[in-house]
Amino acid sequence: MQAPPPEHCPGVESEQAGLVSACAGCPNQRICSDPNKKLEDPGKALVAAAMKDVKHKLLILSGKGGVGKSTVTTLLTRYLARSYPDSNFGVLDIDICGPSQPRLLGAVGENVHQSGSGWSPVGIDDNVCLMSIGFLLGSVDDAIIWRGPKKNGMIRQFLSEVDWGTLDLLLLDTPPGTSDEHLSVVSYLRDDSAPDSLKAIIVTTPQEVALLDVRKEINFCKKQRIPIVGVVENMSSFRCGNCGNSSEIFPAKTGGAAAMCQEMDVPLLGSLPLDPQVTRACDSGEDITAINNSTTEALATICSKIMASL
Amino acid sequence: MLDKVKNVIVVLSGKGGVGKSTVSTQLALALRATGHKVGLLDIDLCGPSVPHLLGLEGRDIYQCDDGWVPIYTDESKTLAVMSIGFLLKNRNDPVIWRGPKKTMMIKQFLTDVKWEDLDYLIIDTPPGTSDEHITVMECMREVPCNGAIIVTTPQGVALDDVRKELTFCKKTGIKVLGIVENMSGFVCPHCSDCTNIFSSFGGAELAQLAQVPLLGTLPIDPRVGVLAGSTASVLNELADSSTAQVLRSIVQHLDGLTALPTSA
Repeated sequence: MQAPPPEHCPGVESEQAGLVSACAGCPNQRICSDPNKKLEDPGKALVAAAMKDVKHKLLILSGKGGVGKSTVTTLLTRYLARSYPDSNFGVLDIDICGPSQPRLLGAVGENVHQSGSGWSPVGIDDNVCLMSIGFLLGSVDDAIIWRGPKKNGMIRQFLSEVDWGTLDLLLLDTPPGTSDEHLSVVSYLRDDSAPDSLKAIIVTTPQEVALLDVRKEINFCKKQRIPIVGVVENMSSFRCGNCGNSSEIFPAKTGGAAAMCQEMDVPLLGSLPLDPQVTRACDSGEDITAINNSTTEALATICSKIMASL
Repeated sequence: MLDKVKNVIVVLSGKGGVGKSTVSTQLALALRATGHKVGLLDIDLCGPSVPHLLGLEGRDIYQCDDGWVPIYTDESKTLAVMSIGFLLKNRNDPVIWRGPKKTMMIKQFLTDVKWEDLDYLIIDTPPGTSDEHITVMECMREVPCNGAIIVTTPQGVALDDVRKELTFCKKTGIKVLGIVENMSGFVCPHCSDCTNIFSSFGGAELAQLAQVPLLGTLPIDPRVGVLAGSTASVLNELADSSTAQVLRSIVQHLDGLTALPTSA
């Protein structure tokens, strides 16, 4: 059992760990304040053991919510799985409070089975499997009202106790922000002896209000030493189905993702249009990557850039 | 805590990017335009949007003897704003904090900011049901919180998360004042054909399912997006738009509720 951290806990990785006034009385103060003891989470070794046959891990990140992290994760997974039928792909949804992958990948209502080697992820296709907290909830109405430490415990379980098997690529769909979930997943998966095994893709929309948070996320990656494969701009323009004219619903008043990528010195992988066919497919969980349209054309370019970088 | 604040309204959504901050800022501006003194508190610590939406980026918070002085949008001091965005040296700096530090910051925003006399305090939140939300709900037990406004889009994938937020409200005992459905249709400026990009009627169905009022349905209106970066209210700038109509009716609804004596 883990004791809850004191309210003003500076964080175990902080330089002030065990030294500030809030630490007085905390049962872990002695461990935290010992300068010789490099605190290594025992979970990290478990994760490394469970993940030894997972070749590449790709975080899908964005500082902003609702820009399409989950949609992009789904589209990439499905397109890659179709293009590389001999490779195996996994998706892990670490959005604990708002899991979207079960619906997007058409697996609502599926169950996760426990076996001798851990939880078995849900099979989506011959070469795609998925794990999400959505499978562990009794109903869609069930809320996960957890503070950070419980979310972290869940993420550790997803990484160390799920029988991922042999995967060529594990895509991790994340919640917005730069907080508990992000720090946890990075601390478990970053391997300084193989820095290229964990990389990130950033998703944004062209609006400045989204770019503002996305720049924060890019700086998070830089601080946490996660290489950024590139940025995907989602919802970039809308083509009216009636008259065929394009409108910018989320206008790029500050130059959109292209200008931001230049400013932040990260590559732009491509832009996905705002496509009602995609938003419908999100709700129904159907696979639209076989259709030939502007979305799949853009996906083809993005996917080939990703595969070239891994 | 918040001794001089008459009414507190929390704007929530399980889903990100549905328009919580846009609804929060425009609601604050609409309340001000109808003669109220309003405060707007942004507790999205990792992705604060309020300073940008109100064109207040780069302003600094000053400390006085009693605490932090919020940013006032103009001389009339009728709209006071607080956000972590004002405390960052650089607008691109990430706030990489775990829960306990976020909790501490939010408590400071509620207790150490000199909010003065306010008719309404609007609290804009990040998506989810975690540290920020638990903290704010715990604090709301001690102040006269009127309830929560839930923002959603009509898309099923958003509604899934918003249903979780409704359960959160039920479990933490906060009253749901109603649901605002945002981004519920886009009228093509070229041919006037309306496309329901993110589906339609989702908010109405959810309101019925949860037996809470539907406060209004907001279309995707790029003219509202253009107002970002200023303190212009939709009520004045786009008086005839359906967004203004919905906001007016929400203000009326709130005024009706708050005419009654509120108790903690």
